[in-house]
Amino acid sequence: MTGALLEVSGVSVSFDGFRAINNLSFNIGPAELRAVIGPNGAGKTTFMDIVTGKTRPDEGRVLWGEKSISLLRMDEAAIARAGIGRKFQRPTVFEDQTVRDNLLMALKKDRGPLAVLFQRRNAADEARVEELAGQIGLVSELSRKSGELSHGQKQWLEIGMLLAQDPRLLLVDEPAAGMTPEEREHTTSLLVEAARTRAVVVVEHDMEFVRRLNCKVTVLHEGAVLAEGSLDHVTANQEVIEVYLGR
Amino acid sequence: MSFLRRNPSVPVFLGLLLVFTLTVTLMSEAYGGGLSTSFVKTLGKTLCLALVAVAMDLVWGYTGILSLGHFAFFGLGGYMIGMWLMYARTEAIVVSSMANAEIPATPQEITDAVGAQIFGVVGSSDFPAIWLFADSLAMQLVLVVAVPGLLALVFGWLAFRSRVTGVYLSILTQAMTLALSLYLFQNNSGLRGNNGLSGLQNLPGADAIPQSVMSVWFLWTSALALGLGYLLAAFVVSGKFGSVLRGIRDNEARVRFLGYPVERYKLFIFTLTAVMAGIAGALYYPQAGIINPAEIAPIASIYLAVWVAIGGRGRLYGAVIGAGFVSLVSTWFTGGRAPDIDLGFYTIKWVDWWTVLLGLSFVCVTIFAPKGIGGLVDLALSRRAPDRHGADLGPDLGSLREKEAEE
Repeated sequence: MTGALLEVSGVSVSFDGFRAINNLSFNIGPAELRAVIGPNGAGKTTFMDIVTGKTRPDEGRVLWGEKSISLLRMDEAAIARAGIGRKFQRPTVFEDQTVRDNLLMALKKDRGPLAVLFQRRNAADEARVEELAGQIGLVSELSRKSGELSHGQKQWLEIGMLLAQDPRLLLVDEPAAGMTPEEREHTTSLLVEAARTRAVVVVEHDMEFVRRLNCKVTVLHEGAVLAEGSLDHVTANQEVIEVYLGR
Repeated sequence: MSFLRRNPSVPVFLGLLLVFTLTVTLMSEAYGGGLSTSFVKTLGKTLCLALVAVAMDLVWGYTGILSLGHFAFFGLGGYMIGMWLMYARTEAIVVSSMANAEIPATPQEITDAVGAQIFGVVGSSDFPAIWLFADSLAMQLVLVVAVPGLLALVFGWLAFRSRVTGVYLSILTQAMTLALSLYLFQNNSGLRGNNGLSGLQNLPGADAIPQSVMSVWFLWTSALALGLGYLLAAFVVSGKFGSVLRGIRDNEARVRFLGYPVERYKLFIFTLTAVMAGIAGALYYPQAGIINPAEIAPIASIYLAVWVAIGGRGRLYGAVIGAGFVSLVSTWFTGGRAPDIDLGFYTIKWVDWWTVLLGLSFVCVTIFAPKGIGGLVDLALSRRAPDRHGADLGPDLGSLREKEAEE
């Protein structure tokens, strides 16, 4: 398929005989917001693991970018540098370091050890960090250790770190988990805003949150795509209702 | 300089080191003071141990790699300088004794005689291939850096590439250390087996200089090396590189998903610290006078980890305090100067019981005061540990524990 940023086709993977992903195909364009839903064990997280290089599929292709580079031969760090950012289900930030250091570390710059050794703070980076902190509402917390932040703030910090990486594709696992309604509102607008310039894939359980994202939805079930389309379209699908919504 | 302002512990440390070295110098026998030459040497050696502890803190306290092999690198550095010291010194003796012969000795005869002198104890007289450069100080100094560095590079590349972490990596490094020490124990290893290299305190061509003066020179050289090593370590851990290292310690997978090539960082820090350890060893053994394979045994590397833990890992001065404190106290206890305690039915002799005390204090520090002695600085500056309801700072085995963290 031309024009796709990420093209996953015919991917399968099994763990100890259990087929977590079964002949899965998935495409996303360069500036698109997509929600992936599905019951527990549908393979949502495994799907992300495959794209980010954490899990190697048994078969299938994962192609990236205009040049259709295969991601299967790259390690996690190389895939991240190619422009795929990932946010985990549980907020994972570097708790012993300040919010500023977390964001500085995520800023898109040369990642090699020798280059990093001589990267010192500069005004441009500081300004970018301030700007990002403004977006995620953590300006006043910049000098605090991130371990002291509330759960919701950590989620935002992680989203901020993703944005700092300036990836072309964001994979976001349950961003709204454990957030208050206002925090969800903010998160929604952050993601919608990000999807104007890049591809964003959101894995989510919460239907209400997905509805607010107002985007195309892919329903996974038993490791394969069950339905794809607008939320209203997929929620009207009889199969989807049976396996997911009806329960 | 903004670097020094951001790291206030650096100027304080360097200042204290300078004061310490000056004080010891003025109190030394060479300058008419009361400190014995052997004690000055002990202090000089302690500075070298502090340097290798700083290296250990970089690799364990900051990066979370519990290496049990850094004393092997330390020993290798000692062996490399020891080869030159022993060769050049023996050569000088042989030349002077042959000078009285009626027929002047040929270079081959001199070399053979030196070989017989050095390797007689292991029943050989030929120079093994590894002694190829032993007559050149410059080459052996290069090897002080190159041998530990290359070993760490190759070992680290193999281990980190396979993503061996945590306890498994510790065991692997310990196996490397044990293998190296067992190899060196063999007579045909080329380094005189369990006899090791000796007479290292006598610098070739410096017979006229008394040991009391020499000890002060080595004290200054060791202090300089420690000061530079500390500066380098502080430079490495300040700024973004340090952030990445601490990130690897607390949550390696996350660092990888940020796009940092974690293996290359680990390899970099492992090799750099191996080189630091090699240099520390090269300064230590001329002061100790002798090196043998027992010095490289795994227990030495475990001691190194104990020093860093007792001093407080994850802070550079903690490593220095730990190494200094524990090794000096150890010298005191094992030197027979600690008074025995008579319990009536049993007399506690500290020479035997010191290791038990050390082990106990290690356990106590880990359980009750994870910040170690360095934590006293936090008390003085009223820095507190965060209340994280028992949660550590990251999912990885090496991550900082709740009580080690600062708010």
